[in-house]
Amino acid sequence: MTEPQDPFSFSSYPPIDPINFDLIVIGTALSESVIAAAASAVGKTVLHLDPNSFYGSHFASLSLHDLTSYLTSPHHPPRAASGGDSDYFGVDLVHQHPCSDVEIAFCDDESESFLRENSRKFNIDLGGPRALFSADKAINLLMKSGASQYMEFKGIDESFVYEANEGLANVPDSRGAIFRDKKLSLKEKNQLMRFFKLVLKHLDDTQEEKISEEDLEIPFVSFLEKMKLPPKIKSILLYAIAMVDYDQDNNEVCKDLLKTKDGIDCLAQYSSSVGRFPNAPGALLYPIYGEGELPQAFCRRAAVKGCIYVLRMPVISLLMEKVTGLYKGVRLASGQDLYSNQLILDPSFTVPSLPSLSRRDVLTERLQMLSQRDIKGMVARGICITKSSIKPDVSNCSVVYPPRSLYPEQVTSIKALQIGSNLAVCPAGTFILYFSTLCNDADEGKKLLKAAMNALLTLPVSENSESIPSVQSDSADIKPIVIWNAFYIQKLITSKFEFISSTPTPDGNLNYNDLLDATEKLFGQMYPNEEFFPKATSPEDPKDEDEDEDEDDDGEDSGITLES
Amino acid sequence: MHGRPRKALKPEDEAASSAKAEKLRSLQAQFLANHQNSIYSKEALDLSAKLLEINPECYTAWNYRKLAVQHILSNSDSDPQSIFSDELKLVENALRKNFKSYGAWHHRKWVLSKGHSSIDKEMRLLNDFQKEDPRNFHAWNHRRFVAGLMERSEEDELKYTEKVIGANFSNYSAWHNRSVLLSNLLKREAEGYFPKEKVLEEEFQHVHNAIFTDPDDQSGWFYHLWLIDQTVKNEAPLLVSSWPSHGSSITIIGDNGLRGCGLSLLNGTQSDSGTLPIILYFNQAVKGINSSTVAIESELLTKELVWKPLAMNNSSTAQVWVVYLDLGNMELQQSKTYSVEINIGHSSGILSSNGNHYGDPSQISFEVFVQTANTEPTEGQGGKRTTWNDTNFQKIDHFQELDSIFTADQNHHIPKSLDWCTEEIVKEITNFRDLLSEYDCKIGKLTLARLLTALDMLSSQHDGRKSNTEEVLQLYTDLMKLDPTHSLYYKDERSLISLKQITSTRDSLLPYCHYHKDATETFTGHVCLRLQNLSLSRMGSIENLLWVQMLDLSHNELQSIEGLEAMQLLSCLNLSHNKFGSFTALGPLRLLKSLKVLNISYNELGSHSIDTTRYLCSSPVAHTEEFAWDRFETLTGSVNATNFWEAFLLFGSLALTELNISGNAVADENFRSFLVKVLPTLKWLDDEELS
Repeated sequence: MTEPQDPFSFSSYPPIDPINFDLIVIGTALSESVIAAAASAVGKTVLHLDPNSFYGSHFASLSLHDLTSYLTSPHHPPRAASGGDSDYFGVDLVHQHPCSDVEIAFCDDESESFLRENSRKFNIDLGGPRALFSADKAINLLMKSGASQYMEFKGIDESFVYEANEGLANVPDSRGAIFRDKKLSLKEKNQLMRFFKLVLKHLDDTQEEKISEEDLEIPFVSFLEKMKLPPKIKSILLYAIAMVDYDQDNNEVCKDLLKTKDGIDCLAQYSSSVGRFPNAPGALLYPIYGEGELPQAFCRRAAVKGCIYVLRMPVISLLMEKVTGLYKGVRLASGQDLYSNQLILDPSFTVPSLPSLSRRDVLTERLQMLSQRDIKGMVARGICITKSSIKPDVSNCSVVYPPRSLYPEQVTSIKALQIGSNLAVCPAGTFILYFSTLCNDADEGKKLLKAAMNALLTLPVSENSESIPSVQSDSADIKPIVIWNAFYIQKLITSKFEFISSTPTPDGNLNYNDLLDATEKLFGQMYPNEEFFPKATSPEDPKDEDEDEDEDDDGEDSGITLES
Repeated sequence: MHGRPRKALKPEDEAASSAKAEKLRSLQAQFLANHQNSIYSKEALDLSAKLLEINPECYTAWNYRKLAVQHILSNSDSDPQSIFSDELKLVENALRKNFKSYGAWHHRKWVLSKGHSSIDKEMRLLNDFQKEDPRNFHAWNHRRFVAGLMERSEEDELKYTEKVIGANFSNYSAWHNRSVLLSNLLKREAEGYFPKEKVLEEEFQHVHNAIFTDPDDQSGWFYHLWLIDQTVKNEAPLLVSSWPSHGSSITIIGDNGLRGCGLSLLNGTQSDSGTLPIILYFNQAVKGINSSTVAIESELLTKELVWKPLAMNNSSTAQVWVVYLDLGNMELQQSKTYSVEINIGHSSGILSSNGNHYGDPSQISFEVFVQTANTEPTEGQGGKRTTWNDTNFQKIDHFQELDSIFTADQNHHIPKSLDWCTEEIVKEITNFRDLLSEYDCKIGKLTLARLLTALDMLSSQHDGRKSNTEEVLQLYTDLMKLDPTHSLYYKDERSLISLKQITSTRDSLLPYCHYHKDATETFTGHVCLRLQNLSLSRMGSIENLLWVQMLDLSHNELQSIEGLEAMQLLSCLNLSHNKFGSFTALGPLRLLKSLKVLNISYNELGSHSIDTTRYLCSSPVAHTEEFAWDRFETLTGSVNATNFWEAFLLFGSLALTELNISGNAVADENFRSFLVKVLPTLKWLDDEELS
C-alpha cells in the first residue's frame, strides 16, 4: 500500500485548513487516539497527525511486509522545509525508533516465498501480545465512548499456563474450568475453589465476611501462603490469573510486589470477565483483524466528532515563542505551520538536548526537560509464524510462563498469545504467536523469549543446521515449526504532562489497563474540567439495523459485538 | 431462571398490571364463549392464540386448541403440516413468555406426537432454550421425548449432558439425564459401555471433580449417590432371611401351642387357627412368589398354598411374602419330627420390580417337632393382663436358640464378584476422608457415613472385616448438630444403624432379650425383645427379627413402623411413649394377624390436626381400600364419624384382646366406646377389664 514516500513530495500536499486548533496530537497509538476521541467528544478542535501511512503507531497491525520494513528501516524524518514566519523559534524533533535490537529470521526459502506471496493476508500486531479482558477498562471505555460499534471480537478459546516438565496446562480460572481441569488433584481443586469463594465473598457487598485490613496490605504471595495454598496453585493465581510480571518469591529481583488488595482486584476482573459475553468461553477477547483495530476505532470516533486526520504527514519541528519559550505550534513536513493550545506527542519523538545553547533561559530549560525521558526498563517482544497450533484443536489461546518455569534464573513471567486465521489476521492454516517479557537488557530479554519459544516450538536453526534425529516418541507432541520469527526490544517510557505532553510506550502487560489509566490521567491533567467521555445524551449516531440473523444456529463462530 | 430475586412492584406498575388483568379477563370471557359454542373459526383461533401468548398457564385454552386442531384435521382439505407448524409456533411464543408452563410443553408434545415432520427444528429450538436456561427440567423432559422420537442415539445425548455439565456442573437435570441415559446404556451393554465396572469408575472420577471443586453444591452429590447405589446394588432379587430359618427346628406343643426356637407362641395365636407361618424376606420387592417358584416339600403340606405379599397397597410385589401351613385339620403324631424343605427360585418367575430374575436358587429346610402338652393351658385367654414393667422381665443368660437364626443366615446369599465393589467403596472412602480433612462439610460427612455403611454391608457378606458402625454413629451424631434442619433424617439413619448393630450378632442381641413374667408373677417362658429407650426414630433390621413374638419399643421417638408388618409372629407390641401422630402411621399393624396385645399409650394420637403421613398411607378417600362403610356407619352411629376413619381402618381388621391407648389426645369417652364396638375381641382397654 505504502511505497516509501519521496520526502519532497510533502510540499505538494494541500494545506490544512484551519490552522488553529485546541489540540494537536502526533501519532495514532492507542493513548493518542483515545485522547483525540475524548477531546473531540467534549467539543475541542483536534488535529490528529501521523507520519506513518497507517493508523495505530506502536499499536498498529501490519502486513508482514510492512511490519518487516517498519522494524528494519530507520526513520528519516524529512529535513525542515523552508517557510513559516520567524516569530517563533523552531525546535527540530528527533525520532527515535521505538524498536531496537531487531532480529528477523526465516525458516527456509520455501516458507519465505510462501510468506512473501501471502504477506497481505497478515495483520501482525506491533504491540503484541495483547488481548482484552471481557470486563476490563478497555472494554468499558469502548462501550462508553461508542468506539465499540466499529469493532468485533472473538473469545480466546483457552488460557494455558506452562509448567516445567509438564508443558501446557489449562488455567483453572473459573468454577467450570476447575471442574474440567485434568491436571489438578481433587484436593487442589477444592483448595483453589475455596480461595475463589473467599475472594468472591470479600467482594460481595452483601456478605459480612471480609479479608482483614491487615491481610489486604501484605504481599499477595504472603496471603496465599497464609491460606496454605500449595506452590502450584500459588503460581497459577499470581502469574496466570493476576498476571504479575516479577517473581514474587524472590525479593531481590522483584521490582513489583503485588499487594493482596491489588491481587484481589486482578482476580475480580478476571472472574467477572469469564462468561461476561456468552460467545466468549474464557476471560479474554481479541479483535477481529487484530489489535490495530482498537486505536482505529477511537480515531473513527474522534473523526465523527470533528477531529481532522492527516496521515503520512511528519512534523519536523515544534514552534516555541522566542521570549516566553511557550509552545505555539508545529511545522509540518509540508512546510505549513499549524497552531494549537496543547500538544500530545508520540513518545518516540524527542527534542535533542541542546548543549550548544549556552543561554540559560526559560526556553532552554523547557527543552531540556522535554528531552529527558523517564525510562522504566524494557519489554522484549517476539513474533513467530507457524503452520500448526501449539495445542491441537485450539486456534486462539494465551500462555503464561511463570518465573522459574523455564530455567531457575528466570525472574519474570513471559506472556504469549497464539492467534489463528479465524480472527482474520493470517492466512488459513497459519498461526501467529506473540511473546513478551520485561527485562533489564536486550540479551536477557531475547534469551527469555527464545527459551519460551523453544519450549513449545521448533525455531529456525541459525547455523550448521544438523538435522536433529527425529526420535520423537508417539506420545510426545510434535512441536510446530516456526517459519518466520522476529525479536525486538522496546523501552518503557511513561507518559508525561508538561507544556508538551507525551503518551506512554506500550507496556509489558497483556491488557491495556495501565495504559488507559495513564491516558485518562493525562486527559484529566490537560482538561481538568472536562469529563472523560461524557455519557451521550442524544442518539446522534443511530445504531445500524441488525443485519439479518444468519440461520447458523450454533452461533459459535459469530463474533462478539459489545452492546452498551 | 435461577437466583434472581423478585422485585416488588412499583405503584405505577401495579396500575398497569391491573389494566392488563382487565384486558385479560375480557379476552378470557370471549374465549370461553367460543369454547362453549365450539367455534373454531379463524378469528376464534386467533383469539385463543392471543390469550395463550399473554397467559400460557390457561390450560383450558390449550385443550380448546387441541379440539380445534382435531376439528380442522377432520376437514379433508386441510393441510396437517401447516396446522401443526402453526401450533408449534404458538407454543414457542408461549414458552418465550413462560418457559415453565406445563400446559405449553404438554401441548407441544401432543402436536409432535400427532405428526412430526419438523422434528429437526425441534432439536434446534431446544438447544436454543437450553442455552438460555440449562437447568429447566421441562426442557430436559421434552428433550428426552424428542430424542426418543428422532431415535437420537443415547451416546449423543450423553455427550450433550457432558457438554452442559462442563459449562456449569450445578445442574441436577443434566446429571439426572446422565444417570437415565447411562442406566440404559449399561443395561444393554452398548459398545463402549461395558464392563459396567469400567464405566462406573470413570463416572466416579467425573463427579469427583464436581464434588471436590465445590462441595457445597449438591447436584454432584446426588449423582454420586446414584453411582454408589449402582456400585453396591444387587440387581437380582435375593432371599435375605426367613422364618423358620434354615436348619432350625420348631416345636409344637400338644395341639394348641407352638414352640419354635425355644419360643412358645404367645396367646396361642397360631394354635387357635392351627397355622404355621412361613416368612420369606427378600432384599427388594419381588413378584411371582407362588407354589411353582417356591416349592415346599413336607408331609405337613396338605393342599396348595397361597403366598401373600406383605404390602400396604394391595400390590402384587412385596419385599416380604408369607404363607400359612394349615395344621388345624391334621392329625399330628406326638413326638414325631416332620421335615419341611423349601426350594426357592429353582424355576423362573420371581422378578424384581425392574424385571431382574431371582439370583441364586436357594433352599431352606427345617423341622417341626410335636410334643405332648405339659404346660398350663392357654394364657392370655382372659383374667391376666400383659404388663410391661421392668419387674416383669428377667435377663436371659443362655438363649441357644438364637444361634440358629444367625448361623443359618449366611446360607441365603452367596457373594458374587463383590471384590470390585468393595475396592471401589474403599477407594471412595479414602477420597472422602481426604476431602473432610481439607474441608468440613455436612454432605461430605453424610457421604462418608453412607459409604462406610455400604462397606459394612458388603463385608458382612464377605469376611470378618472390622465394622465401622461406631464411626458411622458418630458421624450421624455430628451431623445432627451441624445441620439441625435435617436432624430428623440423620436420626432415622442413626436408628437404622443402631438397630443393625444390635441385631447383627447373637451376642449383640442377647442383652436385649428378656423372659417375661405375667401379671401373676410367674415366668411364662416367653421371650421379649426389649428395644426401649434407644432414641429410635425408625424401625429397621426387621429381617433379623422375624422370630420375635413380644416386642417392646417403648420410650423411643418412633413416628412410623414401616416394615414391621414382616414380623408375622408378633403378638404383643409395646409402642408407648413414642411420637406416633396418627393411626395411619400405625398402618403396618393391620397386616399382623396374630397381634393380640397392643400398647400405644402416651403418643401423639389426635394431637395433630393435619396428618402428614397420610399421603403415604391409605385413607378412605384415596380409593385404594375396600372401606366397609356399612359397618363403619352402624358402629359410629351419631358420633362425629370422620375423625374415626383412620382408627376404624386400623382396628377394624385386628383382633386385639388388650389395648392401651391412654395418654393420647384422641382417647376420650366417645372414642373408647367406639373402640369397644370396633374390637369385639377386646378384654382390656387401657387398664380396665371390660365386662
